[in-house]
Amino acid sequence: MVPLSWYVALSAFLFITGLVGVLIRRNIVVVLLCIEIMLNAVNVNFVAFSDYLHLIDGQIFVFFVITVAAAEVAIGLGIIISLFRLKESVNMDDYNLLKL
Amino acid sequence: MNFSPVNIMGTMPEIYLTVLGSILLLMEPFVPKEKRSWLGLFAIASLIFAMIATFGLNGKGLPLYQGLYIVDPFSNFFKMVIYTGTIITILFSLPYLEKEDIHVGEYYGFLIFAAVGMMIMVSAGDLITLFLGIELMSLCLYVLVGLKRSIHRSVEASFKYFLLGAFAAAIFLYGISLLYGASGTESISGLAAFVQNPGALKPMIIAGMILTMVGFAFKVSAAPFHMWTPDVYEGAPTVVTGFMASVGKVAAFGVFLRVFWVAFSANKDHWTWLIIMIAILSMLIGNIVALVQKNIKRMLAYSSIGHAGFAVIGLLNPSRESLFALMFYLFVYLFMTLGAFGIVLILRRKGVEGEEIQDFVGLNKKNPMAAFLMLIFMFSLAGIPPFGGFLAKFYIFMAAVHAGFTWLAVVGVLLSAVGAYYYIQIVMTMYMKEPEEVVEFMPNRMEKFALFLTAAMTVVMGIFPLPFVHYIETSLAILVP
Repeated sequence: MVPLSWYVALSAFLFITGLVGVLIRRNIVVVLLCIEIMLNAVNVNFVAFSDYLHLIDGQIFVFFVITVAAAEVAIGLGIIISLFRLKESVNMDDYNLLKL
Repeated sequence: MNFSPVNIMGTMPEIYLTVLGSILLLMEPFVPKEKRSWLGLFAIASLIFAMIATFGLNGKGLPLYQGLYIVDPFSNFFKMVIYTGTIITILFSLPYLEKEDIHVGEYYGFLIFAAVGMMIMVSAGDLITLFLGIELMSLCLYVLVGLKRSIHRSVEASFKYFLLGAFAAAIFLYGISLLYGASGTESISGLAAFVQNPGALKPMIIAGMILTMVGFAFKVSAAPFHMWTPDVYEGAPTVVTGFMASVGKVAAFGVFLRVFWVAFSANKDHWTWLIIMIAILSMLIGNIVALVQKNIKRMLAYSSIGHAGFAVIGLLNPSRESLFALMFYLFVYLFMTLGAFGIVLILRRKGVEGEEIQDFVGLNKKNPMAAFLMLIFMFSLAGIPPFGGFLAKFYIFMAAVHAGFTWLAVVGVLLSAVGAYYYIQIVMTMYMKEPEEVVEFMPNRMEKFALFLTAAMTVVMGIFPLPFVHYIETSLAILVP
């Protein structure tokens, strides 16, 4: 059997991949995907803990996370499309009307 | 597993508003464009019904749905504040949407859904419910911020808010997953019971706690997680900005408080320093960066960061006094922020919103009423007596002193004095200078009513706060099932 720590390490690795991706990538769609990777890292964590602790509620949480992530992507892509219509670019650096 | 009708009765306001929000979404194509304001009035009427229903639950402590959802005096107070803020927002938005030519029928539906999300947040007894509430609120706000689809700034603000919001949500969730892994429970009271064991403070609990704190700090826009605030507040339609800055922040504070005071009260020593750091950074950034802003919405955004810093001080010590101070602070903050944004959204220069500080020059000569109302809100935000903002700050600092953080209260008072400079600067530009540009200020009946309500509440909370003090004192109970 694969020990729990492997799963947790996998989840941490995925999470950090997503985190670094959000911070350094400039393509809007790739950044959105990186956020999805972070959410899936959370799912791996929940399922692993749920199995290890023999408690079912972690897996229930995963369903909610998946649902919310789907809703979030729907809204995010909607916003990206309306942004793209105004200025045909998917590069983050082109959107600097507001000073950050 | 038994299911009693009490569960349905206790969540009646939420169920009712969810159904109503869906009806508003469905009704939109059947209502002609010029009658769209009826949808808004319908929404106001329903919010008042929901308010009465919540009032009926006053004084009860019900753990519903096996503790997933908690109705207690604490959450009822926050729900009342959410209803009031949403009603005032709708009053402002009815004429505003006309003027800005935003004919999106879904607007009121999203507003109601966002309010439901906030209500779920403040009543959450479990991290699942909490997460769903936060996401329901955020998803609606992302859309509302990007409401002016043809205006570049609005869509860009929406995009930035979405990206950073989703990022913060992912970090928050990772924190929850670590907490779950360490304790094996997702309920807030279960976590509290687990944290009380002396051997429970594994690094995993600490890491989970810090990550959830990051998520909450993002939602209340406290430094160092405030980066999105000025951009989003500037780009969003001003009604939505007012809604996010006031109601959204109040709800986020409610849930922040419940999680940290109930679940993590046993390891207070571990988070006190983090809270102090957040408070000092927010007060510094909020009050100092605001000095150089030219756009009033950006300035109010920094002011709201500063106010988050003051309010966070109230979280330091889980006591009745701090709870009272924080609730009073948020109550006053709601009215003065909504009022200030209300003035900004009514003020127009040549048909566009007068959102530059330049537009306020000599406002007193042209429109004494607008200048006077703005003076009330600015003085109250600065914390000058006799307005509500002063009393709110006073209670917060008193609570800090009694909790043994006298030095923090001193820092707070000093930074609040720095902040007073830019509020008073606005009052100066309104009263001491000659008007240059043509600025219109023509509120209609609804806007007038909303402005007078917020201004009256700001003043009354300062000079005659007793009824509100009594009301808040009856709401000081947090139920731990």
